[in-house]
Amino acid sequence: MNIIDSGNTAAAIGVKLARAQVIAAYPITPQTPLTEKLSKFVESGELDAQYIPVESEHSALAVCIGASSTGARAFTATSSNGLLYMHEQVHWAAGARLPIVMCVVNRAVGAPWSIWNDHQDSMSQRDTGWIQIHAADHQQIIDTVIQAFRIAETVKIPVMVCYDGYLLSHTHTPFEIPEQQQVDKFLSSCSPSPLLEPSNPMNLNTVTMPHARPDTDGNRMPSYFEIRKNLQEDMIRAAEDIEASGKEFEKIFGRKGVSLFEPYLCNDAEYIAISAGSLSRRLMVVADMLREAGIAIGVLEIRAFRPFPSERLAGILANAKGIAVFEKAVSYGHEGPLASEIKAALQKLGSSPAVSGFILGLGGKTIKTEQLHNVLKDFCVKPPCRDLPPKWIGSEM
Amino acid sequence: MSNHSYAIYRSHSRPGPGDAGKTGTWRVERPVIDTKKCIPAKKNRQACFLCWLYCPDGVITRDIPPKIDYQYCKGCGICAEECPAGAITMTAESDACDNCDNEK
Repeated sequence: MNIIDSGNTAAAIGVKLARAQVIAAYPITPQTPLTEKLSKFVESGELDAQYIPVESEHSALAVCIGASSTGARAFTATSSNGLLYMHEQVHWAAGARLPIVMCVVNRAVGAPWSIWNDHQDSMSQRDTGWIQIHAADHQQIIDTVIQAFRIAETVKIPVMVCYDGYLLSHTHTPFEIPEQQQVDKFLSSCSPSPLLEPSNPMNLNTVTMPHARPDTDGNRMPSYFEIRKNLQEDMIRAAEDIEASGKEFEKIFGRKGVSLFEPYLCNDAEYIAISAGSLSRRLMVVADMLREAGIAIGVLEIRAFRPFPSERLAGILANAKGIAVFEKAVSYGHEGPLASEIKAALQKLGSSPAVSGFILGLGGKTIKTEQLHNVLKDFCVKPPCRDLPPKWIGSEM
Repeated sequence: MSNHSYAIYRSHSRPGPGDAGKTGTWRVERPVIDTKKCIPAKKNRQACFLCWLYCPDGVITRDIPPKIDYQYCKGCGICAEECPAGAITMTAESDACDNCDNEK
């Protein structure tokens, strides 16, 4: 069925179709309508789940951690400072290897207050050990939420589904709602495995010592170091499962599933613009315009920021002359975090294309198509340069 | 899905002695029971056992007299604080007798 509705509604329907069993969330703009919708689904009986109201985002994820430990399918959502308030538990959920799914409706981080969109919130959670996948339109939001449960439960790593606040969360576009039967089939092979059972009492995530040591049964148990190394190795391997999940999704739903990245006109591109989220769609429009003007440009939409598909990206970017990374986040004192990742990925190549970073749209600063067009055109016409620090686009003062 | 099987490393364990290693080595002071003051020992019958009840690590028995497992006692001193007869004294570990009765 096709409907016209908001990105938040798309996410909520995705959670409902995935039959989440425990939902705990604290309202924050622009995530609020998503959790309101979910609480309505639970109250009306459309979704057979426990909706647990909590006093903070920290508690919201703590509830999900508890629920997921018992084998319940758990979901939460937040934005901006709410995500930061949750931060300690964000690390915990990944270290505990719990398949929780969380929507991060991307919003600028205070201070000063801004309720508008950028990517600083989720980018700042880069090293927590969560899989981070960006959705760039409403269809991707609903589809990615459904796939996120499968990915999380397969690889036992929590998944963050990131989408742009307001630009996607509050705009209405048409999208297709998958059939419940199809979703049930898609998710039939996975479930969160219970760790905590009354019949088998257990201490979870007990204090580790710097060295491996025997447990109470005399079995050799890993230390913190091995547990964290295991998370890293599984995170790297998860890239394949993310792609496999996307292919399985396509088989069942007849629509492209989640991927690590989406190249657009990249095959013969001399210049490639890279971005994540809805901004990459804007860049595709600009690429069409520049192609008409005879400029061989392509766009690469990053979908998975963690695990970061550096080897695969390096392959696609190898033959480009210049790469322009557009992003709505900054690692203050250095450059945009995505630009850093792209440069690091290219390190694998003998001679690497030049990468320039562009910062834009922070705190919802309007990004005009004309602006993007001019910046990209300039970038392609001038000889490629290896700029650092990044250029800020659209500053009024 | 891919062919990966995920052998997850976790730090999970069933509750039991030794789950955190021999925690007795953490101790700075050890509780020592004076059986002349200890109520169950004095009366030679099941009596208060508040030391057993309050011990957060469950290393004190309900025997007469109660026995303390020094392999795991962390020396928190709660038993000494709670003993209504003042029968438990915290003694500096450096002064403690390595062969005292409770240790055996």
